[in-house]
Amino acid sequence: MVRPGLFTDGDPPALLGSRCTACGTFHFPRHDTCPYCAAEGPEAVELPSRGTLWAWTAVTAPPPGYEGATPYGMGVVELPHGIRVITRLTVSDPGALVFGQSMELCVVPLHTDDEGNDVITFAFAPSGAP
Amino acid sequence: MSGVVISGVGMHPFGRFDGVSTTDMGVAAVRAALAEAGVSKGGFQAAFCATAYGGVATGHKVLSRLGMTGMPIVDVEAGCASGGAALMLAAGAIRAGQYDTVLVFGTEKMPKGIIRSSFFEPWQEEAGLAATPAFFGLRAQRLALTSGVTKEHLAQVVVKNRRHGVANLDAMYQKEVTADQVLASRVVCEPLHLFMLCSPNEGAAAVVLRRDDVSSTAAGTPVRLAAAVLRSHLPGAVLSESTPLSGLTDDTVPAPTTLAARAAFEEAGLGPEDLHVVECQDTDAARELLSYEEIGLCAPGGSGALLESGATTLGGRLPVNPSGGLLSKGEPLGASALGQAVELVRQLRGECGPRQVEGATTALAHTVGRGANAGVVILTR
Ligand SMILES: [Zn+2]
Repeated sequence: MVRPGLFTDGDPPALLGSRCTACGTFHFPRHDTCPYCAAEGPEAVELPSRGTLWAWTAVTAPPPGYEGATPYGMGVVELPHGIRVITRLTVSDPGALVFGQSMELCVVPLHTDDEGNDVITFAFAPSGAP
Repeated sequence: MSGVVISGVGMHPFGRFDGVSTTDMGVAAVRAALAEAGVSKGGFQAAFCATAYGGVATGHKVLSRLGMTGMPIVDVEAGCASGGAALMLAAGAIRAGQYDTVLVFGTEKMPKGIIRSSFFEPWQEEAGLAATPAFFGLRAQRLALTSGVTKEHLAQVVVKNRRHGVANLDAMYQKEVTADQVLASRVVCEPLHLFMLCSPNEGAAAVVLRRDDVSSTAAGTPVRLAAAVLRSHLPGAVLSESTPLSGLTDDTVPAPTTLAARAAFEEAGLGPEDLHVVECQDTDAARELLSYEEIGLCAPGGSGALLESGATTLGGRLPVNPSGGLLSKGEPLGASALGQAVELVRQLRGECGPRQVEGATTALAHTVGRGANAGVVILTR
């Protein structure tokens, strides 16, 4: 897992976010303090795993510190509860995606680390994709 | 309250200069600005040096080389708006009566390739989420949706700025490109092609600020610094330059540029309708158009139409980036906002030759980037 505490890799997986007990705002990733109202101790929640596509592109050259394959998709998915998240996408051809289409959370391999283990991260895929 | 004038400016060209150090470039720009202002050793009481990649005590190294130390020398980092931040601090100190003359400069040698930023956490890099051009691409795609901006518009921003840059001897690229050439360059992150992105590079720029009631031997028309404002982001905009991992489904969160522009117009007692010339952040072609909307040069959604009207081209009603912008000059982070100030001082003095905006008396400079930080500076004569 690229960083513990970001997502669960169960079936289905979930992003680990928080909900502010003072202003009710959802946030990802989990923070000790609400970025909107500065209240402390937001409650830990699992975010909904389905949403709609709000923006997308593809990264065609490896950015600094990245050892995985290129090209890969990157975008913004809008989830229920009024939150949008920045995420990898499983689709790297921008022409194959449309605004507002249904997306669901999944877990994808990034690369293999020095000890031969697969490093995984979260991504969104079009709903119903194999 | 006393006002602030810019009594001298200097530049080291923006480009790639192997064998020339960050200090060397800073020395060249500072020397030129001090000479123009008629200020020598002992003639300024503080110095602010804008730099993001210069390292510890960059400003001290420049002023030590010039034999001018002893006064406070403070390095200032605010991402792409570092120079705007330095101008704000210097102008504020002069207005408060702390100093009567302050040197402000920026100098930078950017790493080559996609900028590696300590702003991102290691896991974000490992997951491929530290892809700066992808954020530009996502912003450009949203602008296409909200403002009807097409790839042709994006190409035309590049054509315009590169044409402006032909007459700027301090620019990295002084050669025109056609829309076809822009669209034939490789796609970096849809909808952005390589030629639509500015090149991180190297350079330096310097200005001398003075309280307006202090006598001066400066040559040329004094230019007034009417406002210098820095703002950071508010939370909630998922594609903000603060590059959060999440945001709200609320499109009314004001951008840091909007916050800075509003405050700067208020400080100057002016509005967008009063401007004659603008230098704005064109890190990528879409960023220039977004800046039109965020600064208030047009209504939200109107940036593509404003570009198409020719208003922002030299000869139009409100030329934007007559220097050629970052698309021609390249972007040395710490120096870029001060490079804009140098350009606009020269515009207001009428010294810009073929790229002169005739009769310009009111100018605005804008930078925005990582942090998020947005700087807006207004100059008048
Ligand atoms: Zn809250």
